[in-house]
Amino acid sequence: MNEGLIVTFLLCLPLSAFVVIRLFTGRRWQIFSGYLSTLVLALTTFFAFIMAWQYFFVYGKMDGAYALFVPIDMNWLVFTNDLSINFSIIIDSISVMMLLVVSFISLMVHVFSLAYMKGEQRYGYYFAYLSLFTFAMLGLVLSGNLFELFMFWELVGISSYLLIGFYYTKPSAVAAAKKAFLVTRFADFGFLIGILMLGGVANNFDIVQMIRSIAQQQALWEGAGTSFLGMSVLTWACLLLFMGAAGKSAMFPLHIWLPDAMEGPTPVSALIHAATMVVAGVYLIARFFPVFQMDATVLYVIAIVGAGTALFAAIIACTQADIKRVLAFSTISQIGYMMLALGVDDSLNGLHEGYTAAMFHLFTHAFFKSLLFLGAGAIIHTVHTNDMHEMGGLRKQMPVTHISFLIACLAISGIPPFSGFFSKEAILSAAYSNHKWLYAIGVVTAAITAFYMFRLYFSIFWNKPLSPVFIKKEGSWLIRIPLIILAVLVLITGFIPFGNFISANGKPLPLEVHFGFSVIPVSLSVLGIFYAAVLYYQQNNLPALLEKSFGWFYITIRQKFYIDEVYLFITHKIVFNVIGNTTAWIDKNIVDGLVNWSAGITYQFSVLIKKVQSGKIQQYVLYFLLGVLCLLAVVLYNN
Amino acid sequence: MMQQITLQHILLLSTALFFIGVFGLLTRRNMIAILMSIELMLNSVNINFVAFNKYLYPEKLDGVFFFLFVITVAAAEAAVAIAIIIHLYRYNKQIDVSETEEMRY
Amino acid sequence: MIVNFLLIVPLLTVLTLLLVKNEQYIKPIALVGSFVQLLVIIGTLIQYLGAASLKNNGAMLLQTDVNWFAPLHIHYHIGVDGISMVMLLLTALIVIAAILVSWKEAFLQKEFFILLILLSFGAYGFFIAIDLFLMFFFLEIAVVPKFLLILIWGSGKKAYSATKLVLMLIGASALLFMGIVGIYYNQPNGLQSLNMLQIAQMQLPYHVQLTFFPFLFIGFGVFTALFPFHTWVPDGHPAAPTAGSMFLAGISMKLGGYGLLRLVMLLMPAAAQFYAPYIILLAAIGILYGAFATMVQKDLKYMNAYSSISHCGFVLLGIGMLTPVALTGAVLQMVSHGLMTALFFAAIGMIYSRTHTRIIEEMGGLLVYMPFISGVFILAGLASLGLPGLSGFTAEMTVLVGSWQQPVTAYRVATIVAAASIVITAVYVLRAIGTVLMGKGKIYSDDTPTDARWYEKWAGIILVLGILVVGIMPFLLLKLISPSILYLPQSIFK
Repeated sequence: MNEGLIVTFLLCLPLSAFVVIRLFTGRRWQIFSGYLSTLVLALTTFFAFIMAWQYFFVYGKMDGAYALFVPIDMNWLVFTNDLSINFSIIIDSISVMMLLVVSFISLMVHVFSLAYMKGEQRYGYYFAYLSLFTFAMLGLVLSGNLFELFMFWELVGISSYLLIGFYYTKPSAVAAAKKAFLVTRFADFGFLIGILMLGGVANNFDIVQMIRSIAQQQALWEGAGTSFLGMSVLTWACLLLFMGAAGKSAMFPLHIWLPDAMEGPTPVSALIHAATMVVAGVYLIARFFPVFQMDATVLYVIAIVGAGTALFAAIIACTQADIKRVLAFSTISQIGYMMLALGVDDSLNGLHEGYTAAMFHLFTHAFFKSLLFLGAGAIIHTVHTNDMHEMGGLRKQMPVTHISFLIACLAISGIPPFSGFFSKEAILSAAYSNHKWLYAIGVVTAAITAFYMFRLYFSIFWNKPLSPVFIKKEGSWLIRIPLIILAVLVLITGFIPFGNFISANGKPLPLEVHFGFSVIPVSLSVLGIFYAAVLYYQQNNLPALLEKSFGWFYITIRQKFYIDEVYLFITHKIVFNVIGNTTAWIDKNIVDGLVNWSAGITYQFSVLIKKVQSGKIQQYVLYFLLGVLCLLAVVLYNN
Repeated sequence: MMQQITLQHILLLSTALFFIGVFGLLTRRNMIAILMSIELMLNSVNINFVAFNKYLYPEKLDGVFFFLFVITVAAAEAAVAIAIIIHLYRYNKQIDVSETEEMRY
Repeated sequence: MIVNFLLIVPLLTVLTLLLVKNEQYIKPIALVGSFVQLLVIIGTLIQYLGAASLKNNGAMLLQTDVNWFAPLHIHYHIGVDGISMVMLLLTALIVIAAILVSWKEAFLQKEFFILLILLSFGAYGFFIAIDLFLMFFFLEIAVVPKFLLILIWGSGKKAYSATKLVLMLIGASALLFMGIVGIYYNQPNGLQSLNMLQIAQMQLPYHVQLTFFPFLFIGFGVFTALFPFHTWVPDGHPAAPTAGSMFLAGISMKLGGYGLLRLVMLLMPAAAQFYAPYIILLAAIGILYGAFATMVQKDLKYMNAYSSISHCGFVLLGIGMLTPVALTGAVLQMVSHGLMTALFFAAIGMIYSRTHTRIIEEMGGLLVYMPFISGVFILAGLASLGLPGLSGFTAEMTVLVGSWQQPVTAYRVATIVAAASIVITAVYVLRAIGTVLMGKGKIYSDDTPTDARWYEKWAGIILVLGILVVGIMPFLLLKLISPSILYLPQSIFK
């Protein structure tokens, strides 16, 4: 098998694109950088397809289940014989699936960006960073070593930082980039400690070995002996890993960076902050699922956080005016769904629908969410505003965008037969069979999702008659083609028998759609769409009335429950002002003060004794004589 | 018969001379007077040298040598000291030690 | 034999510089001298690798031992092992970069470069000395010229800073000297040896180790910014000229770390175990405390100086943990910190020479005017916050993984505290990058600040390459470091 070679090649392609563009194309040649990296990405995607085909249909199955291969395992940084950071590559069903998603969406975004970013001053940088991100993300999903995964995790974070801060002369973009990096960094701190704990327990950093070794040490996860604050080591480690995942995937309360991250160019939001990087947290938990499922507590925490975030973000999304922010909150909400699905997976009791459902939703979400973002990008490219209140009636102007946007909205609302319906159904049924109240939250969230997505849709494409300012036509074919391709995919991906390919144990798991079961969520979603149509199809004063009747509650939601303000208070007032300034003060006045004080004491002492040096010779003689007399007295006395 | 002069007498003399010198050194303001006091002290020591040589080790000459040595040094010292004093006088227009405090802290 | 050239080349360079009359030739001579030194180091490295592969361990090789002052058993005894090889390479790179950065130094340039080379001479000697007195001797050579360097070419409160820095370092040397004397007179069987390797073999009595360990530890600790004795760092670095700051942070602070490593591993392993909790406590405090203090600094150089305290805490932490991995990490962190902090100071110097301010808030949008310098600055910052692929990540992770191998809960808490600093590091690094480089461009006294000149570019490139090598190919360094760490008496790794 030469899949190791293919994978390495596939990883090196975007990296080399990054290096070549960054080093060898100056401002004059930067127009080629876009074509270069798009071409490279096309090649990568091609290889990814070959990989996927081979894995799923040629060699992947062993004894009726999809197996896990480690084609490459090379030492990179060796700590001890067991503990080392390796360059190792894991090939199993989820990594191949992610490989496909990442490279394909990245390709779409590259093509879209060719037109979208045209004429940008830092065009070359843009594509370089995009290639860097693609490299890091591919590395992340293929990592077979937990520390290696952490490295790519950080690289993904930094490329996200660079891309959010792409318009670096805009203070808000700089602040958003900083915020995104710092919040995820904070989560990564937990991740790192989790890695150290798990690595210490398993005495290995290789993911396969770790899982095996932890599974053998049964005492660990039953909490016997080694527990801290009432939780076992394993619970702690898993919670810390989940903290890292929650940071990257913008789970409550670490979600605050994602809406701000929309300051970046819109195609970047489509790639990084909708389809790929933000689901890295979900992927991480899926990758470590054998460990997570040993601990029901952690899974329950994940499910609660996921469901809570899904509902919470959906509520906020209903009040936002910036179309990208609405999409950002819907991303948070949808990732919450995936987390919920992972949390309600109870494979130990045979109810392991959740894992497959999460992966399925990840898969379908990547397509319809990137479609939504690219659509939003196309709209913003035409109308040059993010505010939905300034839009309206764009349906005739931009037919392709309109139809593809509508398809994506239907998919995310879970309307059959679009892809979102199937994955959402799977999640809800998994939740139903495990925790009923989480199912209820899921269903309510689905209805709210339908409402705010169609609020968005109607506000953009219907509502008002077309404002005469927007006379531009929808963009070039480079913009429209990715939209069309993605829309087609959103239409068909739902019919993929996903459970046949991906499940927690590799064995096929048919996901069945029971029509009796789907009646409630679908009808609730339709109700949501209906309300949205009533409020926003035509311009009327109902939305304003509704806002007024909710009063302060509405304002609280629009201000995102003031969570950003709380964070600002904690970071600026407490950490920066109180802790930071106190430390600096202590350093300057107490620690350094002691040093200066000792110098001062020496000085004072010398001032004291320098008086003896009066310059009067007769005084010296007198002292001398007195000294001699004293010595004489001593000598005489002693004799 | 005349009583012989013993070592004690000479030591008493030299001690008296020495402390007269010390008294002068401590109380005089005039630098010339101080110099003279120092000469007194030196010479009291010289007397000791000669006396000890005569009474304790008559067969040796070390004391006498030292006496000569001290005289020589004292002469040189007087020359240097007077030169300094003259310079000070030119500089300060007086030779009062209590007014000459340049060498203080 | 080639080891002797490590000392001869810088001395010859200094002599040549003394004799040269024409100011034009001074910088080229200094540069050539430091390049020849680099070549000598590479030659030494090749010889060392050859000799080491024969012995198949990390012992002190290529030794030269000449009796220097027989009554006190002082020998001119030098040799290299993997750790000192790494430190030599680091020193050579930083010296070359420092010379390049000060290419336009016009004021008393002859004296400036002589002092710089003299400092490096002290550092080279320190890293290869086996005799304790010789070590002390070279340490002093690497301290005293700093006084002049800061006083004459410095800026700001330079008299105060220079005095403080040199006094604190000399005070530390006094402690060191007491420790060395203590070792000298308290050896078993009435022996009096200053040879580190011999002392390591005979093992000092336990009570002697306990008594004199604090002297040596605090003495070297001051050099490497041990927590309560670090205050020379934030005053010394900002006042020094750019090359001086690079040297101070890049090499001087490593002298302490290297000394500690030798002390802990060779001279007093038993006492090191006894005092390890205190070392770890001070290191953890230093890491977090330095990081918090860095966060609120307004001056770029102060920021970097305080961050040095935090980063050097990792060196101390690695040393205190006493596991092979942690010690290896400490060496890696010394190299990494040396490179990135030198790069940071170089970038700050370049920025300062164009904007004439170092206050963070007064700058903005420099990325527009000086893409190269900004790139260097960002790379240094990213290395500092531990981005994978750059040196900081490999070093800090090695220290953390090594520390985690100690199963004591308190030690693990210290490790977590140390790991928390990566968040705070990100805060201040991104704050500096965001404010200084990004945002709206501001007007400076030069109408349009220019980008780096060729010498600045090369200085940056050399250090960046170093950072990348450590970050991407750490196994190259580990090949040198690990055997030498494992060669030590195993008794220290309990």
